[in-house]
Amino acid sequence: MASMRDIKRRRGSIQSTQQITKAMKLVSTVKLQRARSSAEKTKSYFDCMYETVRSILARIGEVPSPYLHGRTSERKAVVAITSNRGLAGGYNSNVVKLVTKHEGWKKEDVTIYAIGSKGRDAFARNGYEIAEDLSYLAESPTYADAMHLSDKLLREFCDGKIGEIYLAYTFFRNTVSHEPILLKLLPVEKMEQEGPVAMAPMNFEISDEEALELIIPKYITSLLYGGLMESIASENGARMQAMDNATSNAEDMINNLTLAYNRARQGSITQELTEIIAGAEAIG
Amino acid sequence: MAQGKDFTLRIITPERVFYEGVVEMVEFNTTEGEIGVLPGHVPMTVILMPGVLTIHEPEEEKWAALHSGFAEILPDGITILAEVVEWPQEIDRTRAEAAKERAERRLRMREHGLDMARAEAALRRAIARIEVLD
Repeated sequence: MASMRDIKRRRGSIQSTQQITKAMKLVSTVKLQRARSSAEKTKSYFDCMYETVRSILARIGEVPSPYLHGRTSERKAVVAITSNRGLAGGYNSNVVKLVTKHEGWKKEDVTIYAIGSKGRDAFARNGYEIAEDLSYLAESPTYADAMHLSDKLLREFCDGKIGEIYLAYTFFRNTVSHEPILLKLLPVEKMEQEGPVAMAPMNFEISDEEALELIIPKYITSLLYGGLMESIASENGARMQAMDNATSNAEDMINNLTLAYNRARQGSITQELTEIIAGAEAIG
Repeated sequence: MAQGKDFTLRIITPERVFYEGVVEMVEFNTTEGEIGVLPGHVPMTVILMPGVLTIHEPEEEKWAALHSGFAEILPDGITILAEVVEWPQEIDRTRAEAAKERAERRLRMREHGLDMARAEAALRRAIARIEVLD
Protein backbone atom coordinates (compact mmCIF):
# COMPACT_ATOMS: atom_id res chain seq x y z
CA MET A 1 0.00 0.00 0.00
CA ALA A 2 1.22 3.46 -0.89
CA SER A 3 2.27 5.55 2.04
CA MET A 4 -0.07 8.11 3.54
CA ARG A 5 2.13 10.92 2.37
CA ASP A 6 2.07 9.73 -1.25
CA ILE A 7 -1.70 9.42 -1.25
CA LYS A 8 -2.10 12.84 0.25
CA ARG A 9 0.17 14.42 -2.30
CA ARG A 10 -1.59 12.70 -5.18
CA ARG A 11 -4.99 13.80 -3.93
CA GLY A 12 -3.81 17.38 -3.66
CA SER A 13 -2.57 17.42 -7.24
CA ILE A 14 -5.82 15.97 -8.56
CA GLN A 15 -7.73 18.53 -6.56
CA SER A 16 -5.91 21.39 -8.20
CA THR A 17 -6.44 19.82 -11.64
CA GLN A 18 -10.11 19.61 -10.82
CA GLN A 19 -10.18 23.28 -9.98
CA ILE A 20 -8.71 24.08 -13.37
CA THR A 21 -11.15 21.90 -15.28
CA LYS A 22 -14.03 23.36 -13.30
CA ALA A 23 -12.96 26.88 -14.18
CA MET A 24 -12.51 25.94 -17.85
CA LYS A 25 -15.97 24.45 -17.89
CA LEU A 26 -17.47 27.67 -16.56
CA VAL A 27 -15.58 29.73 -19.12
CA SER A 28 -16.74 27.58 -22.02
CA THR A 29 -20.31 27.63 -20.73
CA VAL A 30 -20.33 31.40 -20.95
CA LYS A 31 -18.61 31.37 -24.34
CA LEU A 32 -21.06 28.76 -25.57
CA GLN A 33 -24.01 30.94 -24.66
CA ARG A 34 -22.54 33.85 -26.55
CA ALA A 35 -21.61 31.76 -29.58
CA ARG A 36 -25.00 30.12 -29.64
CA SER A 37 -26.92 33.34 -29.57
CA SER A 38 -24.88 34.77 -32.42
CA ALA A 39 -25.28 31.55 -34.38
CA GLU A 40 -29.02 31.79 -33.88
CA LYS A 41 -29.09 35.41 -34.98
CA THR A 42 -27.48 34.50 -38.26
CA LYS A 43 -29.78 31.58 -38.82
CA SER A 44 -32.65 33.49 -40.44
CA TYR A 45 -30.28 34.94 -43.01
CA PHE A 46 -29.03 31.51 -44.04
CA ASP A 47 -32.49 30.00 -44.15
CA CYS A 48 -33.59 32.76 -46.49
CA MET A 49 -30.46 32.47 -48.58
CA TYR A 50 -30.80 28.72 -48.85
CA GLU A 51 -34.45 28.96 -49.88
CA THR A 52 -33.67 31.53 -52.53
CA VAL A 53 -30.83 29.61 -54.08
CA ARG A 54 -32.87 26.43 -54.00
CA SER A 55 -35.78 28.03 -55.77
CA ILE A 56 -33.55 29.61 -58.40
CA LEU A 57 -31.90 26.30 -59.12
CA ALA A 58 -35.23 24.50 -59.21
CA ARG A 59 -36.60 27.00 -61.66
CA ILE A 60 -33.88 27.69 -64.15
CA GLY A 61 -32.98 24.08 -64.90
CA GLU A 62 -29.85 23.48 -66.92
CA VAL A 63 -27.73 26.51 -67.59
CA PRO A 64 -24.12 26.45 -68.66
CA SER A 65 -22.82 28.06 -65.49
CA PRO A 66 -19.39 27.02 -64.25
CA TYR A 67 -20.81 27.03 -60.71
CA LEU A 68 -23.15 24.16 -61.50
CA HIS A 69 -20.83 21.88 -63.41
CA GLY A 70 -17.65 20.22 -62.28
CA ARG A 71 -14.39 21.41 -63.70
CA THR A 72 -11.78 19.18 -65.20
CA SER A 73 -9.34 19.73 -62.36
CA GLU A 74 -9.02 16.86 -59.92
CA ARG A 75 -7.92 19.13 -57.12
CA LYS A 76 -10.22 19.49 -54.17
CA ALA A 77 -10.07 22.41 -51.80
CA VAL A 78 -11.23 21.69 -48.28
CA VAL A 79 -11.93 24.47 -45.83
CA ALA A 80 -11.41 22.73 -42.51
CA ILE A 81 -12.73 24.55 -39.47
CA THR A 82 -11.16 23.45 -36.21
CA SER A 83 -10.07 25.37 -33.13
CA ASN A 84 -6.88 27.01 -31.97
CA ARG A 85 -7.07 25.35 -28.59
CA GLY A 86 -7.22 21.78 -27.45
CA LEU A 87 -8.96 20.11 -24.53
CA ALA A 88 -12.21 19.93 -26.42
CA GLY A 89 -12.69 16.18 -26.55
CA GLY A 90 -12.90 14.80 -30.07
CA TYR A 91 -13.86 18.13 -31.61
CA ASN A 92 -10.70 18.71 -33.63
CA SER A 93 -9.86 15.13 -34.50
CA ASN A 94 -13.38 14.46 -35.76
CA VAL A 95 -13.07 17.19 -38.37
CA VAL A 96 -9.63 15.97 -39.39
CA LYS A 97 -10.92 12.41 -39.70
CA LEU A 98 -13.65 13.56 -42.08
CA VAL A 99 -10.95 14.33 -44.61
CA THR A 100 -8.29 11.73 -43.84
CA LYS A 101 -10.77 8.87 -43.68
CA HIS A 102 -12.71 9.96 -46.76
CA GLU A 103 -12.81 7.14 -49.26
CA GLY A 104 -11.75 7.77 -52.81
CA TRP A 105 -9.74 10.88 -52.00
CA LYS A 106 -6.08 10.84 -52.77
CA LYS A 107 -3.87 12.82 -50.47
CA GLU A 108 -2.18 14.52 -53.42
CA ASP A 109 -5.45 15.88 -54.76
CA VAL A 110 -6.51 17.63 -51.60
CA THR A 111 -5.56 21.16 -50.64
CA ILE A 112 -6.40 22.34 -47.16
CA TYR A 113 -7.50 25.83 -46.21
CA ALA A 114 -6.99 25.53 -42.49
CA ILE A 115 -9.02 27.57 -40.06
CA GLY A 116 -7.77 26.63 -36.60
CA SER A 117 -4.20 25.72 -35.74
CA LYS A 118 -5.10 22.29 -34.33
CA GLY A 119 -6.48 21.18 -37.65
CA ARG A 120 -3.60 22.76 -39.54
CA ASP A 121 -1.02 20.87 -37.49
CA ALA A 122 -2.87 17.58 -37.82
CA PHE A 123 -3.15 17.89 -41.60
CA ALA A 124 0.45 18.95 -41.95
CA ARG A 125 1.49 15.92 -39.88
CA ASN A 126 -0.51 13.68 -42.20
CA GLY A 127 1.24 15.08 -45.24
CA TYR A 128 -1.54 17.20 -46.70
CA GLU A 129 -0.84 20.36 -48.59
CA ILE A 130 -1.85 23.44 -46.65
CA ALA A 131 -2.73 26.21 -49.09
CA GLU A 132 -3.43 28.78 -46.47
CA ASP A 133 -3.43 29.15 -42.72
CA LEU A 134 -6.37 31.23 -41.58
CA SER A 135 -6.23 30.27 -37.94
CA TYR A 136 -7.00 33.77 -36.74
CA LEU A 137 -10.52 33.25 -38.10
CA ALA A 138 -11.26 30.55 -35.57
CA GLU A 139 -11.66 33.04 -32.73
CA SER A 140 -14.09 35.73 -33.77
CA PRO A 141 -14.79 35.76 -37.48
CA THR A 142 -16.61 38.61 -39.16
CA TYR A 143 -18.72 38.44 -42.26
CA ALA A 144 -16.06 40.39 -44.13
CA ASP A 145 -13.54 37.63 -43.35
CA ALA A 146 -15.87 35.04 -44.85
CA MET A 147 -16.32 37.26 -47.91
CA HIS A 148 -12.59 37.47 -48.34
CA LEU A 149 -12.15 33.75 -48.19
CA SER A 150 -15.00 32.98 -50.56
CA ASP A 151 -13.63 35.54 -53.04
CA LYS A 152 -10.32 33.77 -53.02
CA LEU A 153 -11.85 30.31 -53.40
CA LEU A 154 -14.09 31.38 -56.24
CA ARG A 155 -11.19 32.93 -58.09
CA GLU A 156 -9.20 29.71 -57.85
CA PHE A 157 -12.26 27.79 -58.93
CA CYS A 158 -12.91 30.00 -61.94
CA ASP A 159 -9.24 29.81 -62.96
CA GLY A 160 -9.59 26.04 -63.00
CA LYS A 161 -6.97 25.54 -60.31
CA ILE A 162 -9.41 23.62 -58.17
CA GLY A 163 -12.32 21.52 -59.33
CA GLU A 164 -14.31 21.12 -56.16
CA ILE A 165 -14.68 23.01 -52.91
CA TYR A 166 -15.68 21.40 -49.64
CA LEU A 167 -16.33 22.70 -46.17
CA ALA A 168 -15.50 20.52 -43.18
CA TYR A 169 -17.11 21.89 -40.04
CA THR A 170 -19.01 20.85 -36.96
CA PHE A 171 -22.74 21.25 -36.99
CA PHE A 172 -24.20 22.42 -33.71
CA ARG A 173 -27.33 20.38 -33.10
CA ASN A 174 -27.69 21.27 -29.44
CA THR A 175 -25.51 21.73 -26.39
CA VAL A 176 -24.60 18.06 -26.10
CA SER A 177 -24.72 16.91 -29.69
CA HIS A 178 -22.39 18.17 -32.40
CA GLU A 179 -21.89 16.53 -35.72
CA PRO A 180 -18.86 16.82 -37.98
CA ILE A 181 -20.06 17.47 -41.53
CA LEU A 182 -18.36 17.54 -44.91
CA LEU A 183 -20.33 19.84 -47.15
CA LYS A 184 -19.83 20.30 -50.86
CA LEU A 185 -19.86 23.99 -51.71
CA LEU A 186 -19.00 23.95 -55.40
CA PRO A 187 -20.09 22.91 -57.90
CA VAL A 188 -23.52 23.46 -56.44
CA GLU A 189 -25.46 20.25 -56.51
CA LYS A 190 -29.02 20.27 -57.64
CA MET A 191 -31.09 20.03 -54.53
CA GLU A 192 -33.94 17.59 -54.31
CA GLN A 193 -37.24 19.26 -54.76
CA GLU A 194 -39.16 18.79 -51.53
CA GLY A 195 -42.68 19.85 -52.29
CA PRO A 196 -43.52 23.22 -53.76
CA VAL A 197 -41.03 25.98 -53.18
CA ALA A 198 -42.52 28.49 -50.79
CA MET A 199 -40.79 31.47 -52.33
CA ALA A 200 -41.91 34.17 -54.64
CA PRO A 201 -41.58 33.28 -58.26
CA MET A 202 -38.21 34.48 -59.37
CA ASN A 203 -38.92 37.35 -61.58
CA PHE A 204 -35.51 38.80 -62.17
CA GLU A 205 -35.10 41.87 -64.18
CA ILE A 206 -31.77 40.46 -65.25
CA SER A 207 -31.29 37.04 -66.76
CA ASP A 208 -31.15 33.89 -64.68
CA GLU A 209 -27.53 33.26 -65.56
CA GLU A 210 -26.50 36.71 -64.42
CA ALA A 211 -28.54 36.35 -61.26
CA LEU A 212 -26.81 33.07 -60.55
CA GLU A 213 -23.40 34.64 -61.07
CA LEU A 214 -24.28 37.29 -58.52
CA ILE A 215 -26.01 35.13 -55.97
CA ILE A 216 -23.74 32.07 -55.84
CA PRO A 217 -20.79 33.99 -54.33
CA LYS A 218 -23.10 35.37 -51.65
CA TYR A 219 -24.41 31.88 -51.09
CA ILE A 220 -20.91 30.47 -50.62
CA THR A 221 -20.00 33.31 -48.27
CA SER A 222 -23.05 32.72 -46.16
CA LEU A 223 -22.31 29.01 -45.94
CA LEU A 224 -18.74 29.72 -44.87
CA TYR A 225 -19.85 32.23 -42.28
CA GLY A 226 -22.57 29.92 -41.04
CA GLY A 227 -20.07 27.08 -40.80
CA LEU A 228 -17.75 29.26 -38.74
CA MET A 229 -20.51 30.27 -36.35
CA GLU A 230 -21.75 26.72 -35.90
CA SER A 231 -18.21 25.47 -35.39
CA ILE A 232 -17.46 28.01 -32.69
CA ALA A 233 -20.61 27.06 -30.84
CA SER A 234 -19.72 23.38 -31.22
CA GLU A 235 -16.17 23.94 -30.04
CA ASN A 236 -17.32 25.51 -26.82
CA GLY A 237 -20.00 22.90 -26.39
CA ALA A 238 -17.46 20.12 -26.89
CA ARG A 239 -15.03 21.74 -24.47
CA MET A 240 -17.72 22.24 -21.89
CA GLN A 241 -18.62 18.56 -22.09
CA ALA A 242 -14.99 17.43 -22.00
CA MET A 243 -14.31 19.59 -18.96
CA ASP A 244 -17.47 18.41 -17.26
CA ASN A 245 -16.33 14.82 -17.70
CA ALA A 246 -12.85 15.67 -16.49
CA THR A 247 -14.27 17.35 -13.39
CA SER A 248 -16.43 14.39 -12.49
CA ASN A 249 -13.58 11.95 -13.16
CA ALA A 250 -11.40 13.98 -10.84
CA GLU A 251 -14.17 13.86 -8.27
CA ASP A 252 -14.24 10.05 -8.51
CA MET A 253 -10.48 9.81 -8.16
CA ILE A 254 -10.49 12.13 -5.17
CA ASN A 255 -13.15 10.00 -3.50
CA ASN A 256 -11.18 6.82 -4.08
CA LEU A 257 -7.97 8.41 -2.84
CA THR A 258 -9.70 9.79 0.25
CA LEU A 259 -10.94 6.29 1.03
CA ALA A 260 -7.49 4.83 0.51
CA TYR A 261 -5.99 7.57 2.66
CA ASN A 262 -8.41 6.94 5.52
CA ARG A 263 -7.77 3.20 5.33
CA ALA A 264 -4.04 3.77 5.43
CA ARG A 265 -4.41 6.13 8.39
CA GLN A 266 -6.62 3.66 10.26
CA GLY A 267 -4.15 0.89 9.43
CA SER A 268 -1.24 2.84 10.83
CA ILE A 269 -3.15 3.69 14.04
CA THR A 270 -4.11 0.05 14.52
CA GLN A 271 -0.55 -1.01 13.94
CA GLU A 272 0.79 1.50 16.44
CA LEU A 273 -1.72 0.38 19.05
CA THR A 274 -0.83 -3.25 18.55
CA GLU A 275 2.81 -2.39 18.94
CA ILE A 276 2.23 -0.42 22.17
CA ILE A 277 0.07 -3.18 23.68
CA ALA A 278 2.58 -5.84 22.69
CA GLY A 279 5.35 -3.74 24.25
CA ALA A 280 3.36 -3.21 27.46
CA GLU A 281 2.64 -6.92 27.76
CA ALA A 282 6.29 -7.78 27.23
CA ILE A 283 7.30 -5.48 30.13
CA GLY A 284 4.50 -6.62 32.42
CA MET B 1 -53.90 47.32 -54.35
CA ALA B 2 -53.38 45.79 -50.99
CA GLN B 3 -55.20 48.60 -49.22
CA GLY B 4 -55.74 48.08 -45.53
CA LYS B 5 -53.23 45.27 -45.44
CA ASP B 6 -49.92 45.69 -43.73
CA PHE B 7 -46.90 46.01 -45.93
CA THR B 8 -43.93 44.76 -43.97
CA LEU B 9 -40.24 45.29 -44.52
CA ARG B 10 -37.64 42.92 -43.13
CA ILE B 11 -33.96 43.55 -43.53
CA ILE B 12 -31.74 40.68 -42.48
CA THR B 13 -27.98 40.71 -42.31
CA PRO B 14 -25.71 37.83 -41.34
CA GLU B 15 -25.13 39.45 -37.96
CA ARG B 16 -28.56 40.70 -36.97
CA VAL B 17 -32.11 41.52 -37.97
CA PHE B 18 -31.51 45.10 -39.08
CA TYR B 19 -35.08 46.31 -39.47
CA GLU B 20 -38.54 44.90 -39.13
CA GLY B 21 -41.70 46.95 -39.41
CA VAL B 22 -44.75 48.13 -41.30
CA VAL B 23 -43.96 50.60 -44.06
CA GLU B 24 -45.70 52.55 -46.82
CA MET B 25 -42.97 52.54 -49.40
CA VAL B 26 -39.38 51.41 -49.78
CA GLU B 27 -36.82 52.82 -52.19
CA PHE B 28 -33.44 51.34 -53.03
CA ASN B 29 -30.87 50.89 -55.75
CA THR B 30 -30.71 47.71 -57.85
CA THR B 31 -28.74 46.42 -60.79
CA GLU B 32 -31.46 47.95 -62.97
CA GLY B 33 -31.40 51.37 -61.33
CA GLU B 34 -33.27 52.91 -58.43
CA ILE B 35 -36.68 51.54 -57.71
CA GLY B 36 -39.49 52.36 -55.29
CA VAL B 37 -41.76 49.61 -54.10
CA LEU B 38 -45.35 50.16 -52.99
CA PRO B 39 -47.72 47.62 -51.44
CA GLY B 40 -49.19 45.17 -53.92
CA HIS B 41 -46.10 44.91 -56.05
CA VAL B 42 -45.70 42.03 -58.44
CA PRO B 43 -43.55 39.25 -56.92
CA MET B 44 -39.98 39.84 -57.92
CA THR B 45 -36.43 39.25 -56.84
CA VAL B 46 -33.82 41.89 -57.51
CA ILE B 47 -30.11 42.19 -56.89
CA LEU B 48 -29.00 45.25 -54.95
CA MET B 49 -26.36 47.79 -55.79
CA PRO B 50 -24.76 50.17 -53.30
CA GLY B 51 -27.10 53.05 -52.68
CA VAL B 52 -29.43 54.80 -50.29
CA LEU B 53 -32.27 52.84 -48.81
CA THR B 54 -35.27 55.01 -47.97
CA ILE B 55 -37.90 53.56 -45.69
CA HIS B 56 -41.20 55.45 -45.70
CA GLU B 57 -42.91 54.67 -42.43
CA PRO B 58 -46.44 55.94 -41.80
CA GLU B 59 -45.06 58.70 -39.53
CA GLU B 60 -41.53 59.34 -40.66
CA GLU B 61 -38.83 58.52 -43.15
CA LYS B 62 -35.67 56.63 -42.42
CA TRP B 63 -32.50 56.33 -44.40
CA ALA B 64 -29.73 53.77 -44.46
CA ALA B 65 -26.76 52.92 -46.65
CA LEU B 66 -27.36 49.58 -48.32
CA HIS B 67 -24.36 48.03 -50.03
CA SER B 68 -25.00 44.57 -51.33
CA GLY B 69 -27.39 41.70 -51.23
CA PHE B 70 -30.73 41.00 -52.82
CA ALA B 71 -34.38 41.70 -52.17
CA GLU B 72 -37.40 39.51 -52.46
CA ILE B 73 -40.51 41.52 -53.21
CA LEU B 74 -43.99 40.15 -52.48
CA PRO B 75 -47.37 41.91 -52.61
CA ASP B 76 -47.51 42.09 -48.81
CA GLY B 77 -43.90 42.70 -47.94
CA ILE B 78 -40.23 42.87 -48.82
CA THR B 79 -37.41 40.80 -47.45
CA ILE B 80 -33.98 42.24 -48.01
CA LEU B 81 -31.01 39.96 -47.54
CA ALA B 82 -28.23 42.46 -47.10
CA GLU B 83 -24.58 41.68 -46.64
CA VAL B 84 -23.85 45.19 -45.43
CA VAL B 85 -26.32 47.87 -44.34
CA GLU B 86 -25.78 50.82 -42.00
CA TRP B 87 -27.83 53.47 -40.24
CA PRO B 88 -26.55 57.05 -40.63
CA GLN B 89 -25.41 57.12 -36.99
CA GLU B 90 -23.17 54.12 -37.64
CA ILE B 91 -21.29 55.82 -40.46
CA ASP B 92 -18.05 57.67 -39.92
CA ARG B 93 -18.12 60.63 -42.29
CA THR B 94 -14.40 61.29 -42.37
CA ARG B 95 -13.69 57.67 -43.14
CA ALA B 96 -16.27 57.55 -45.89
CA GLU B 97 -14.86 60.72 -47.45
CA ALA B 98 -11.33 59.40 -47.26
CA ALA B 99 -12.46 56.18 -48.90
CA LYS B 100 -14.18 58.12 -51.65
CA GLU B 101 -11.09 60.13 -52.40
CA ARG B 102 -8.90 57.06 -52.38
CA ALA B 103 -11.19 55.21 -54.77
CA GLU B 104 -11.44 58.21 -57.09
CA ARG B 105 -7.70 58.65 -57.17
CA ARG B 106 -7.19 54.99 -57.99
CA LEU B 107 -9.72 55.10 -60.78
CA ARG B 108 -8.14 58.24 -62.22
CA MET B 109 -4.64 56.92 -62.16
CA ARG B 110 -5.61 53.54 -63.57
CA GLU B 111 -2.76 51.95 -61.73
CA HIS B 112 -1.29 48.90 -63.29
CA GLY B 113 -2.67 45.64 -61.94
CA LEU B 114 -5.42 47.43 -60.09
CA ASP B 115 -8.68 45.68 -59.57
CA MET B 116 -10.93 48.24 -61.29
CA ALA B 117 -14.16 46.53 -60.34
CA ARG B 118 -13.12 46.63 -56.73
CA ALA B 119 -12.17 50.29 -56.75
CA GLU B 120 -15.42 51.12 -58.45
CA ALA B 121 -17.42 49.17 -55.87
CA ALA B 122 -15.53 50.96 -53.11
CA LEU B 123 -16.37 54.31 -54.67
CA ARG B 124 -20.06 53.41 -54.92
CA ARG B 125 -20.13 52.37 -51.29
CA ALA B 126 -18.44 55.56 -50.17
CA ILE B 127 -20.86 57.69 -52.19
CA ALA B 128 -23.84 55.83 -50.74
CA ARG B 129 -22.55 56.45 -47.22
CA ILE B 130 -22.04 60.13 -47.80
CA GLU B 131 -25.46 60.51 -49.45
CA VAL B 132 -27.15 58.93 -46.46
CA LEU B 133 -25.48 61.42 -44.15
CA ASP B 134 -26.56 64.43 -46.19
